[in-house]
Amino acid sequence: MFETALTTRDLWFLAQGAGITILVTAISVVIGTILGILFGVIRVQLGPILSAPLTFVLDIFRSVPLLIQLVLTNAFVGIVLQWQISGFTVACAVLSLYTSAYCAEIVRGGIDAVPQTTRRAARSLGMTWAQDMVYIVTPLATRVALPSWIGLALGVMKDSALVYVVQVTELLKSTQILITRLQEPLFLLLICGAFYFIISFPLARLGGYLERRWSND
Amino acid sequence: MFDYTFQWGQAMARLPQMLEGAIVTMQVAVLSMVLGIALAIVLTLLRLSGSRPLMAISTTWVEVARNTPALFQIYMAHFGVASFGLYLNPFMSLLVGITFNNAGYLAENFRGALKAIPDTQARAGRSLGMTQLQAFRYIIVPQMLRISFLPMTNQMVWAILMTSLGVTVGMNTDLYGVTQDLNALTFRTFELFAIAAVIFYVITKTITLGGRLIAARLFRY
Repeated sequence: MFETALTTRDLWFLAQGAGITILVTAISVVIGTILGILFGVIRVQLGPILSAPLTFVLDIFRSVPLLIQLVLTNAFVGIVLQWQISGFTVACAVLSLYTSAYCAEIVRGGIDAVPQTTRRAARSLGMTWAQDMVYIVTPLATRVALPSWIGLALGVMKDSALVYVVQVTELLKSTQILITRLQEPLFLLLICGAFYFIISFPLARLGGYLERRWSND
Repeated sequence: MFDYTFQWGQAMARLPQMLEGAIVTMQVAVLSMVLGIALAIVLTLLRLSGSRPLMAISTTWVEVARNTPALFQIYMAHFGVASFGLYLNPFMSLLVGITFNNAGYLAENFRGALKAIPDTQARAGRSLGMTQLQAFRYIIVPQMLRISFLPMTNQMVWAILMTSLGVTVGMNTDLYGVTQDLNALTFRTFELFAIAAVIFYVITKTITLGGRLIAARLFRY
């Protein structure tokens, strides 16, 4: 009833692409989150005026298409600086900074959601700034920030489909290569889409659940 | 400092062409937004319809749009739909892909906005003799659009950024496509894309700030 030229080796090729997608996403989300927490805390600590330069730079990552960020960074590193760096590294670096720009915003929102009075109470009990941050702000801010952070991580996974532009063969690119060879676009694209959907959908649901669960107290 | 001579003059000479591309980019984004809002309202209506098949259509659309990459959706519109013998040109593929994406995200925004509108309002409308559709049209939708105005400006920014994906299906009249073609002619990759980045930045900032100004002016209460 249904025939396809897709072989096991082709499926393995797709699986490798999926592996690259997950690897790029994992690296970028981990580095981006660490940087994002750092940037977010710096922005809150310095206040809106002193942190304006940082805000401006982070804003660029959110206002310029990722595709252009990747091409531009690749051109800068390869043509201007003439460094020999793999496309994979460039992709991870750009996606990390991209993630950190959004993450800083989430972290800032989370910290701002902790009532000032709670923090002052902590300080007047004799806690240091660091203790206040670790024992008071972190648990409360996490509740606000985690659902958005899950959304961000999933967004990065979807956006990682663009790293093909710096010669990284991730899932969508490997699908396209197979489409060129097998000429079965619909079938192959459905496999590819299903992969993204199967990873993204349950996690998005989890994020929605946490948001509802944690918002009503 | 660098072993590379920047040739900004060569790239700047192409600025008029790139600005023309920027106009196409904005056209695509605005069109996809207008269509996206209309479709999102329809999706919201389907969700409220209470009929299982209609609700399933709405939910599937929203979840697929939100859980797969935008690039995948554009590929689907270009290569996937072609399997049914429907060949879309790059402009149409891009427009369909982004509109599908916009509608999904906006429908989800509208869903959130609906929660902020008390049920009693629609019921009040009904008891004044409005039909279900009238109550939706005159009572729910205006408030829904107002509450989700800022998310809509965000989505507009996303739409602008997403137009850059059109190049993957052969679109060469939008800002990214024009830049890519010029790059093939002149090999001034860094300079050209830096200018494109600045243009994109200016467009998205204008939308964000403009949106905030309009919001402040329209919704002061």
